[in-house]
Amino acid sequence: MTQAARFPTEPPLAPGERVLGRLELDFDPAGRFVPGELLLTDGRLLARHGSGGWTAVELEPGMRLRVSDHAGVGTLELHGPAARIGRWRYLMRRQDQAAEFADLARQRLSGAEREFEPEARCPACGAELPYAGASCRACEAAEPADTAPATWTLFRLWRFARPYRRWLALGFVLTLASTAATLVPPYLTMPLMDDVLIPFQNGQPIDTGLVGMYLGGLLAAALLAWGLGWARTYILALVSERIGADLRTAAYDHLLSLSVDFFGSKRTGDLIARIGSETDRINVFLSLHLLDFATDVLMIAMTAVILVSIDPSLALATLLPLPFIAWLIHLVRERLRTGFEKIDRVWAQVTSVLADTIPGIRVVKAFAQERHESQRFAAANQHNLRVNDRLNRTWSMFTPTVSLLTEIGLLVVWAFGIWQIAHERISVGVLTAFLAYIGRFYTRLDTMSRIVSVTQKAAAGAKRIFDILDHVSSVPEPADPKPLGRVEGRIELRGVSFRYGNRTVLQDIDLVVEPGEMIGLVGHSGSGKSTLVNLILRFQDPAAGAILLDGTDIRSLGVADYRRHIGLVLQESFLFFGTVAENIAYGRPDATREDIVAAARAAHAHDFILRLPHGYDSLVGERGQSLSGGERQRIAIARALLIDPRILILDEATASVDTETEQEIQRALDNLVKGRTTIAIAHRLSTLRQADRLVVLDRGRIVEQGRHEALLAARGAYYRLHEAQARLAAAQFGTGSGQGPDGGPAEAAHLGRAAS
Amino acid sequence: MRGDGHGDRRPGAIALGFDAYGRLELRRADGTVVQDVTPVRAFPLSAPGEGISLVGREGREIQWIDRIEALDPASRKVLETALAERDIVPRIERILSVSTFVTPSEWRVVTDRGDTTLTLRAEEDIRRLGTRALLVADRHGIHFRIDDIERLDATSRRLLDRFL
Repeated sequence: MTQAARFPTEPPLAPGERVLGRLELDFDPAGRFVPGELLLTDGRLLARHGSGGWTAVELEPGMRLRVSDHAGVGTLELHGPAARIGRWRYLMRRQDQAAEFADLARQRLSGAEREFEPEARCPACGAELPYAGASCRACEAAEPADTAPATWTLFRLWRFARPYRRWLALGFVLTLASTAATLVPPYLTMPLMDDVLIPFQNGQPIDTGLVGMYLGGLLAAALLAWGLGWARTYILALVSERIGADLRTAAYDHLLSLSVDFFGSKRTGDLIARIGSETDRINVFLSLHLLDFATDVLMIAMTAVILVSIDPSLALATLLPLPFIAWLIHLVRERLRTGFEKIDRVWAQVTSVLADTIPGIRVVKAFAQERHESQRFAAANQHNLRVNDRLNRTWSMFTPTVSLLTEIGLLVVWAFGIWQIAHERISVGVLTAFLAYIGRFYTRLDTMSRIVSVTQKAAAGAKRIFDILDHVSSVPEPADPKPLGRVEGRIELRGVSFRYGNRTVLQDIDLVVEPGEMIGLVGHSGSGKSTLVNLILRFQDPAAGAILLDGTDIRSLGVADYRRHIGLVLQESFLFFGTVAENIAYGRPDATREDIVAAARAAHAHDFILRLPHGYDSLVGERGQSLSGGERQRIAIARALLIDPRILILDEATASVDTETEQEIQRALDNLVKGRTTIAIAHRLSTLRQADRLVVLDRGRIVEQGRHEALLAARGAYYRLHEAQARLAAAQFGTGSGQGPDGGPAEAAHLGRAAS
Repeated sequence: MRGDGHGDRRPGAIALGFDAYGRLELRRADGTVVQDVTPVRAFPLSAPGEGISLVGREGREIQWIDRIEALDPASRKVLETALAERDIVPRIERILSVSTFVTPSEWRVVTDRGDTTLTLRAEEDIRRLGTRALLVADRHGIHFRIDDIERLDATSRRLLDRFL
């Protein structure tokens, strides 16, 4: 059947004609979803859409193949000398297949035979791999979807509970014992009634010894239940707190290991909420609700046993409403679960608005959009309210219904009990004991019903945390990382392509950077410069092709091991809250003070650091001393200098500072660049004058390479960029109007320091 | 020689056609012809009929069209064909099933372009357009539209609701 569906008709091959390549098509010529296929044979292209017949195109020299894509749809076109001969479309998930198909077809067109080299293949699916042992993209793309319902997610918490299983076992024994202790008092009411009170009413004197014994028993049971209850609650709270803490740490650690694009696709507020409040919610669930629930279940089971042992028929009447209530709970459970998940998502939306606005408050105020932001928040809040209202309708009916059932259950017991007493089947004491038992019993059912909602909430929380924990980094750590010895710093990009969503950002980049060479990446914004740098940093992996360091594919190296050899200076340097010294030593926490100062000197940061109130011990970062862009930049340069990397990446390092500071930073950068393989991105071309080579990118391709002068002489893309900037610079005359006498304050600070 | 890069914007000043390769070509009133231009909607969601840019092979704008209605009927038809061929945005008419309510989730859907499957990577990939329309991004890049949630059948709405 499936075979027939895949090949409704055999391709009409001529004798001796071989099928060399195959591409699955997803659209018919009209753009409807109709599966089809395109075959490449020795001399033809054969196409079929759905169950329709085959159409053939003879391949002739001079024909060209064009592959393009837009909005998730890939197009393969065959162009003849004067007109388009064919066009076939497919979904972008087949892009690798399509690229390979196009390669094969082009080789046929140019008459060359494809040379087969022994290639690495994925052991699971047989797809070609860029190198042996690499993770298979095809397999990753087909990652198994999680089919477990939300409640089962909670069982996955066992992974975190395992280390504490002894404590949990102890807690369970204590729960058992304390529950049993609480069941003693109602049992004692039975002889108290039948042997003391009823005989007294019938004219016999009260047996004080007996009364003392029973009352003593009641007190002892109460004290025992108190002690055991305390121990159990304490131990289990302790354990659940630890489970929660482990969960939080694990989630955060995993989050840190995820690739940069994961953070790009998630909202900060949402991630903070997941790791912060969701883990806490699970914690409370484990320590409070689950514990209570377990106690309640035990209590119901034990009570049931006791009731049956006293009087089976009355026990039956008492327990009869139980399945009905259980059914009711199950009914509402479904509706509540989806509702609570929804509330969580809406709540994340509300916090996201805050997380968006607060960091951007300057923009909000500058554009006088407080009212707009307020409306946005109110809208999110309204949405939250609506979702809650809908859920509360179900939820509010739930508890009163359970109460009503409790009352009806009691009524049944009273009626049946009185009837049995009237027929002298049971004593008054037995009925009293039953009423005492089920009084607790039904109130527990009432609280138990709450477990439905808290379990669902906790499960929803657990799901959201496991969403993070299950997310596989798109920059996978190799199973068997190759050791990285001395690094020369030769970087080679071989046929590197990258797509972001459905947009091709880089296409077929070949580039070699020799050790110690400095190259400048130039191009319009959006030309793929930053993506290229992200790939070299291994923040992301290329969709096709490979990046090699000293001849080794960087995907076969340990990620942290590899990045240790790269220094990075960004346009906006991020300083963590801490001292200046700590920030400089961020990449090498064991650096000595001398190292730090030496790095700061080389980065031209020393002088201004000394001007700060506490020198190297001044606090910077979000809650600390505010520094200018240029100052932050120089701290970042010192940070990069300190780890002494073989490879250096400067991403618009001087873009956000003024000309004067730029010169200062440029001098710092000159110190940094010396002897290192450097890849610099700069929008301002003047900052790349000292580069050994300039690489001009345009729409994801390298269009020109060479030295500044040579590229200017070539009058190509670089020349146009340069001209445009020169015009801009000419229009902005008057900037950097001479340098004032600087160094004064620095000197004073220095002298002051020397004096003290 | 016009240096503004937007081209002549008077109505009737330009005409569009297809060349033998099926590519769009722009003919200006002065007789010049620009081959292989790509139509790009500036506001594909909020105002699909307004602001269409014809982009040349270099990725630069060659001609700006304020309103599609301003073109002569023949050119208009050509442009609409070219846009329809370029933008495949299937409209979801029914959601048959979803593999799981936990993302990533695979949906089987009926669209105006036939039946297909899509993979929703995360709930964030569903974008709200106004109050009742949605744009659902497939993990491989196709965007599916739902024009009106209220007009979906009960099953589709129930499935969809779990992700909103």
